[in-house]
Amino acid sequence: MRKDNIIDTTFKKLRAEGKKAFIPFVTAGDPDIETTYRIAKEMIQNGANLIEFGVPYSDPSMDGPVIMRADKRAMDSGTRLRDIFDLVGKLSVEYPETPFLLLLYFNSIFVYGVERFFDAAEKAGICGLIVPDLPLEERAEAQPCADAHGIYLISMVTPTSEERAEQIATSATGFLYCVTSLGVTGARKSYATSFAEYFSKLDSFSDIPKCAGFGISDPEQKRKIEQYCDGTIVGSAIVRKVEQGIEAGLNSEEIARSVGAFVRGFTGGKSNDPSVL
Amino acid sequence: MTENKKGRYGPYGGRYSGETLMHALFELEKSYREAHADPAFREEYARLLREYAGRPSLLYHAQRMSLDIGTTVYLKREDLNHTGAHKINNVLGQALLAVRMGKKRLIAETGAGQHGVATATAAAYFGLECDVFMGKEDMIRQSLNVYRMELLGATVHEVTDGTATLKDATSEALREWSRRIDDTFYVIGSVVGPHPYPEIVRDFQRVIGDEIRAEMLEKHGRLPSVLIACVGGGSNAMGTFYPFIGDASVRLLAAEAGGEGVGSGRHAASVTAGSTGVFHGMKSLFLQDDEGQITPVYSISAGMDYPGIGPEHAYLHDTGRARYYPVTDQEAIDAFEYLSRMEGIIPAIESAHAVALLTKLRSEFTPDDFVVVTLSGRGDKDVEAIGRYRGKIN
Repeated sequence: MRKDNIIDTTFKKLRAEGKKAFIPFVTAGDPDIETTYRIAKEMIQNGANLIEFGVPYSDPSMDGPVIMRADKRAMDSGTRLRDIFDLVGKLSVEYPETPFLLLLYFNSIFVYGVERFFDAAEKAGICGLIVPDLPLEERAEAQPCADAHGIYLISMVTPTSEERAEQIATSATGFLYCVTSLGVTGARKSYATSFAEYFSKLDSFSDIPKCAGFGISDPEQKRKIEQYCDGTIVGSAIVRKVEQGIEAGLNSEEIARSVGAFVRGFTGGKSNDPSVL
Repeated sequence: MTENKKGRYGPYGGRYSGETLMHALFELEKSYREAHADPAFREEYARLLREYAGRPSLLYHAQRMSLDIGTTVYLKREDLNHTGAHKINNVLGQALLAVRMGKKRLIAETGAGQHGVATATAAAYFGLECDVFMGKEDMIRQSLNVYRMELLGATVHEVTDGTATLKDATSEALREWSRRIDDTFYVIGSVVGPHPYPEIVRDFQRVIGDEIRAEMLEKHGRLPSVLIACVGGGSNAMGTFYPFIGDASVRLLAAEAGGEGVGSGRHAASVTAGSTGVFHGMKSLFLQDDEGQITPVYSISAGMDYPGIGPEHAYLHDTGRARYYPVTDQEAIDAFEYLSRMEGIIPAIESAHAVALLTKLRSEFTPDDFVVVTLSGRGDKDVEAIGRYRGKIN
């Protein structure tokens, strides 16, 4: 029998301890894969519970300007899928209890070859994939392969999902990625959505852990939102931190440390991975 | 119908969209089906085409060209439509649908600017707000159309991402639709994007082929032997071909942007040189690398400077029902001048690709053949650029 997906064990543990998940996102290969490795270690050591790597794409039509620029930098540095599998392969050995996820457009999977992709992803120790342009209706193309390799396809639900929300929530695996605002990825000053209403409706459909993402850029926003759900995902604000490091001429180590400090601001700083001393 | 319920054309098509837009896509499909079945909607659309767009467009017998090429050439004159291209056929249909759905604002992407102008025109006609997204490169190439849109009351947004052309404008329009979805209708300009767009655009463009068919039967008692059209995303070609797909005797030929030649790497020939991928909400043929990264494309024609093609075209290619040929910039410019001199008609540089394909394949046609070339648009917008290319304008 296949061993449990550690996304499940992570959330089970957090719930038992009455804690919320913090899931930082960073674009893999921005500005190079070595820096991403250092950033990931810093994020884990500073209390990240799950790590989400963005796979750079030439035309990220669902991302805002910050991630678009990061994707460009990552591609300019020659980042390929092989490098990202190697990166996660290394990290998942060092941090066996931290789940690593990839966020990528479906074309990156499709053109690589669905079977070949999931095979490589499993070998690397990737636990879940967030594929924003693979809605439920198109899932059949990847789901059997994902199941066979024990990798979760993380579902996204949005304030515009309407009657689709129930089916998305009840079929979700790992956790439910709850988009809390309209539009593309990126920091936001305020939210139009009523969190209480949004999450209580989702809770009524399913008990699956729910994490909020899109537009969360500071610890205050995180605290406000996480009382309604099981965790938060911070992407563009972290990627912007990396960018500021690059702009300031910091070296790889310094960029990683600045991201670590930024993550500490969200988590309070204590690592959750027992392999971190 | 070659598509099935999920908007598939063989393996192509589908609805690979972000969750934010999924509900809107289903809502659009439902509203479209209802409108399509409503005689009042269809009559209003037909009236708009007749009284506002100036349809039916002429099916013109090009006598000097026929003599020169050695076959019987007809030109389907979409260039004579209001706003100067076939784009208005689709836009009037989608705008009418937007009004029916209670939307207050139209957004659109544009390459050459023809679809943007048509959308701005329809927005003015219906009294709707209008925002058009256009690549910076294209705004330079087609500055006259930028002003035309502004004159019509639209706001044109410059897109500087990526190659700053049609694909980037399309991505930005999709982002904008995600940001503001409630009151906004996204008017897609070609037979591309997530289902139901390829079907909707094709249905609103099939008037081109329907008119060709009716007039050929009425005046000549026969169907054409060959249909030729240019393809970027492929809307005028799809509109031309669609009513004839079941007529095996009618050859369907399409000209795609060969740029500086397919071997040069600087082209937009997504059928000839592309592979299957998923982009902009659809599975189709794209120019991309071995990890699915979309590769930069090039064509002298801003309207054909797109790295993919509509999914139904990909299917027509796979099944061999239609054939796709790359036509280079140089061949298109030669055809642009050829048609101007032979018939006194200055075509859009996009449409000149179709004329070039006719002249390229001339040895395949006999005097008994009836060859219909769809002239998708008029060339006013390109005169300056071609003049500069030829060194006649500074």
